[in-house]
Amino acid sequence: MWFIVPAIVVIFAVIVFPWIFTLWMSLNDWQIGMTNSFIGLENFAKLSGDGRFLSTIPRTLYFTVLAVILPVILGLFAAEVFHQRFPLRGLLRGIYIAPMMATPVAIALVFTMMFHPQLGVLNYLLSLFGIPKQLWVYSADTVIPTLALVEVWQWTPLVMLIVLGGLAALPTEPYESAVIDGASQWQMFRYITFPLILPFLMIAVIIRTIDALKSFDIIYVISQGGPGTASETINIFLYLQAFAFLRIGHASAVVIVFFVIILALALTLLYARERLRWNR
Amino acid sequence: MESVIQARRLAISYRLHKLLGRLALWFAVLVVISPAVFVFFWMLSLSLKNEIDNIAYPPVFIPNPPTLTNYLKIFRESNYALFSYNSVIVSGTATLIALLVGVPAGYGIAKGKAQGLGMLIMVARITPGLSYLIPLFMLFRFLHISGTLLALMISHLVITIPMVVWVMISFFEDIHPELEEAALTDGCNIWQAFYRVAMPIARPGIAVAAILAFIQSWNNFLFGVVLAGRETRTLPVAVFNAMTFEQLSWGPVAAAALVVTLPSLLLTIFVQRDIVTGLAAGGIKG
Repeated sequence: MWFIVPAIVVIFAVIVFPWIFTLWMSLNDWQIGMTNSFIGLENFAKLSGDGRFLSTIPRTLYFTVLAVILPVILGLFAAEVFHQRFPLRGLLRGIYIAPMMATPVAIALVFTMMFHPQLGVLNYLLSLFGIPKQLWVYSADTVIPTLALVEVWQWTPLVMLIVLGGLAALPTEPYESAVIDGASQWQMFRYITFPLILPFLMIAVIIRTIDALKSFDIIYVISQGGPGTASETINIFLYLQAFAFLRIGHASAVVIVFFVIILALALTLLYARERLRWNR
Repeated sequence: MESVIQARRLAISYRLHKLLGRLALWFAVLVVISPAVFVFFWMLSLSLKNEIDNIAYPPVFIPNPPTLTNYLKIFRESNYALFSYNSVIVSGTATLIALLVGVPAGYGIAKGKAQGLGMLIMVARITPGLSYLIPLFMLFRFLHISGTLLALMISHLVITIPMVVWVMISFFEDIHPELEEAALTDGCNIWQAFYRVAMPIARPGIAVAAILAFIQSWNNFLFGVVLAGRETRTLPVAVFNAMTFEQLSWGPVAAAALVVTLPSLLLTIFVQRDIVTGLAAGGIKG
């Protein structure tokens, strides 16, 4: 297998080297343009007492919960719809998945204009239904759900595709016997489709969780972490530490804590998926 | 007579039932696709209206008459031709290199010869982008290539390589092992089995991998915003700057946003059917 040697070399250079270097930087007092000095775990100790950093964790989890649960529910529904046969299905499915392939920055800019409290089209559409004007990303109370809404808009198609793949692989026999036994549509969904589709839903949950935790473009472009620090997630905090304040030793420590959080959540969900499978 | 009427009534009720089912389905389809349609429609609408219509309230939905001023403006006043060129070079090269190293790597992993590498790629998938960006930023400073297209291209390998490897693993796993075994017993070495047997069969997979990797690289904002210089900005970075400098000038911003995202959308149409396969390999986002 000598022909995978180039791959190993390149992967070590651009992927493994940065990991190791990040570990090293996290153990140093290091600012861009200054000399570095080894300080052991002091960066981590400082982080554990940094209120601004600590407050980013529940905020990130709040955003993540919204950006995982809503796409899973809506994606399941959309997959049921696209599992039916109807004319132009291919084209309409193509339109449906367009958001997840679109450039996030471009999408974020359009949403920024749509969220404008006075001139935005969303407040106008709400007013047609008699709903009062919202402040969207301009209020600390609504900024996280609003940003999650954009994330939901963009990534529900991914959940749909994963579930659709699952639906296509379902056996037909259980449905035939259910029809003979006089089961209702809802009963068939609840007792046949849902349990069979659950492993696929769990894959979607895992992928979505990892990506929602790491979400950057949409938040940074729309709110830059504001108003104040109301939408400063771990990733935004990390970015500011590294490239606004140039504290890269400190930022590297944040990267490692962040990685551990993502890994822990991913492994927990993976474990939950195995359990679900085992019970089946 | 009685039974004929009853049969007819039953037939009508059955047809009505079927029609209602159809209507419900079409309504569900409409509900499901309308958010996507509306946002893209609004993007197009903003880009084709003049500034007065864009900030009118209640909003003007259909541009009347539509104008191309916004598009002309962004290409005349800002250097969008250059930024497009940068994006094509960076994403194109990063995709090409990823194919050269990633296709063989995917084969090795799929054939169980490089599981460690597979594990590594999986961890790479969950690692936050900034854990690559900070070290690479320092490395490029050290090498004095900060702000060059070369630096950007190297950093984009972090996105394209895992994507290509993931997609290729699933394609190579689908190839029947007997085919290669036959090649091996006929005296091929493993390189020939890969190059002459597996590669031609996996060609559609390579196309999907290339398109998905290219789109992910094209869409990337984070690496560009940190690593690009004034002249080496990629399109997403250029569009972001347009928003910061022209707070209320919505038309040009929407036009720029559409220019940036159009290539990803067009490429998506080509791989629409195959995207599911790419997804099975572990998710679309780099």
